[in-house]
Amino acid sequence: MVDVALQGGAIGRGVRSSRVRALDRLRLGDAAFALLTRAAALAVLAILGGVIVSLFIGSLPALQAFGVNFLFEQRWNPVTEKFGALAPIYGTLVTSFIAMLIAVPVGLLIALFLTELCPLWLRRPIGIAIELLAGIPSIIYGIWGLFVFAPFLQDHVQPALIAAFGDVPLLSDLFAGPPYGIGVLTAGLILAIMVLPFITSISRDVFDAVPPVLKEAAYGLGCTTWEVFRHVVLPYARVGVIGGVMLGLGRALGETMAVTFVIGNAHKISASILAPGTTISATIANEFTEAVGDLYTSALIALGLILFCITFIVLAAARLMLARIERRLG
Amino acid sequence: MTSLYARRRRRNMIAKGLSLLATLFGLAWLVVILFDLAWEGLSGLSLQVFTEMTPPPGAAGGLLNPIVGSLILTVLAVLIGTPIGVLAGTYMAEYGRYDRLSSVVRFINDILLSAPSIVVGLFVYEVMVVPMGHFSGLAGAVALAVIVIPVVVRTTEDMLILVPDQLREAAAALGMPRAVIIAKVCYRAAKAGMVTGVLLAIARISGETAPLLFTALNNQFWSTDLNAPMASLPAVIFQFALSPYKDWQKLAWSGALIITFTVLALSIVARALAASRKSA
Repeated sequence: MVDVALQGGAIGRGVRSSRVRALDRLRLGDAAFALLTRAAALAVLAILGGVIVSLFIGSLPALQAFGVNFLFEQRWNPVTEKFGALAPIYGTLVTSFIAMLIAVPVGLLIALFLTELCPLWLRRPIGIAIELLAGIPSIIYGIWGLFVFAPFLQDHVQPALIAAFGDVPLLSDLFAGPPYGIGVLTAGLILAIMVLPFITSISRDVFDAVPPVLKEAAYGLGCTTWEVFRHVVLPYARVGVIGGVMLGLGRALGETMAVTFVIGNAHKISASILAPGTTISATIANEFTEAVGDLYTSALIALGLILFCITFIVLAAARLMLARIERRLG
Repeated sequence: MTSLYARRRRRNMIAKGLSLLATLFGLAWLVVILFDLAWEGLSGLSLQVFTEMTPPPGAAGGLLNPIVGSLILTVLAVLIGTPIGVLAGTYMAEYGRYDRLSSVVRFINDILLSAPSIVVGLFVYEVMVVPMGHFSGLAGAVALAVIVIPVVVRTTEDMLILVPDQLREAAAALGMPRAVIIAKVCYRAAKAGMVTGVLLAIARISGETAPLLFTALNNQFWSTDLNAPMASLPAVIFQFALSPYKDWQKLAWSGALIITFTVLALSIVARALAASRKSA
């Protein structure tokens, strides 16, 4: 603008018109830029829409062939082209459940340590280390799980589990069979390690957001650290913690590579969690490029659609909860 | 009274002990995984890994073509994803900070941020691989770009919101139009944070495997043709690790070490950048 004004002054005649032209140009550029950014924002929405529409179209043949039964059919037979999603859905839910069973309490305890007990100078390094754990790509967990973790479980942990629970009713079914190393339990444990950082860092953030006055009041009444955590911090941060847990759950449900390496890819539902199984994402990753025939491909895409729907609901719930706690803070 | 007090103290000690244990447990995994990676990966790491092509089973070789493939795919994905992400983040922070579209985009973007990456692969397969009739490096780059976008949108918006309004007002008082204010003032003020976002996005995609499996596929040979299947480090690790050949498994470990080192270095640099901005 300054140089426009100078230019106009030097020329003298035609000042008005050149200024109007410059202003018009700027206004045009401004409008174009605003439009461009708006289009980019809409593109984000378009991606989501595109994912849903393309998955739906891709899975139409399978949905037409099998209908609702697709969800409840256990058989998965590429030769006779009979496909059912029950085994992968079951595997996805069970591995995620095992992961959350371990990661939630451990994650909350780490967050407690980081917010209440840890010396200040250690807080940042430990926090960063835990977040680095989140940064390790899932394929690294996969190769490590296959070559290091699964053999370790096979040699040391699973025989002990089988021996310990072999005579207990109910539990003997859960821990039945030979120790393969790979299987549902191994996948669940690896998922637990992977989602631990997500749960920890979100819990830490919401614990940190609890007003110090509340905690100090409780300490002033003579509460112990545990009592302050249990009866003041946790209730106050509840919604945020649940949001963080759901976010971790969303990750666990959709995790692909780490699980594909260690689950064994067996299309059956076993009572034992030591047995090989499969999950939705592992099935897709293992079979998609080898799938022959439209129906086979379509069935795999339908699995993808189911996975997307489940994770969408979980993640949406997580975000709404986290937004609620943010609003309360803001 | 004393017994109640003793019980409360005991319970407190147990809780404190458990939380310390949990922290050590969490840190132990990081140490164990990194140690195993270094142990298995370093023994196979040599100059050969960086100069030779992937070998057939039983022969010696390296990872040159997947390394180059991964670089090409990553650069392309960042080139496609960053502008869209930055512009969308700009809209949400500058033009429509409080409007409805922004809050919807924010919500959807947060979901895309943690959506399963394998679904992204299926999506790109449907919209690019099927119409083109074959797998291609370009499709792989687009799949990765879809993962880059939400990361960049998020950090761009967060960083632009942190830019003080006084800067915008001062610039507006000089007569700058809005687009110029954003490009010359806001972007400049938020630069470190936005670069951090791009680095985090690179860290995120350099280990991504699932979206590449049915877009870029894999390639045993040297190829920089974007219209043909392209090798990438994660895909080669996936193939080699699950193979029965010892040489291949060894190379898979080396590849895993390279990826992990890259990702950790990127996230540490990104963190340092973010920290330097905060203290400044």
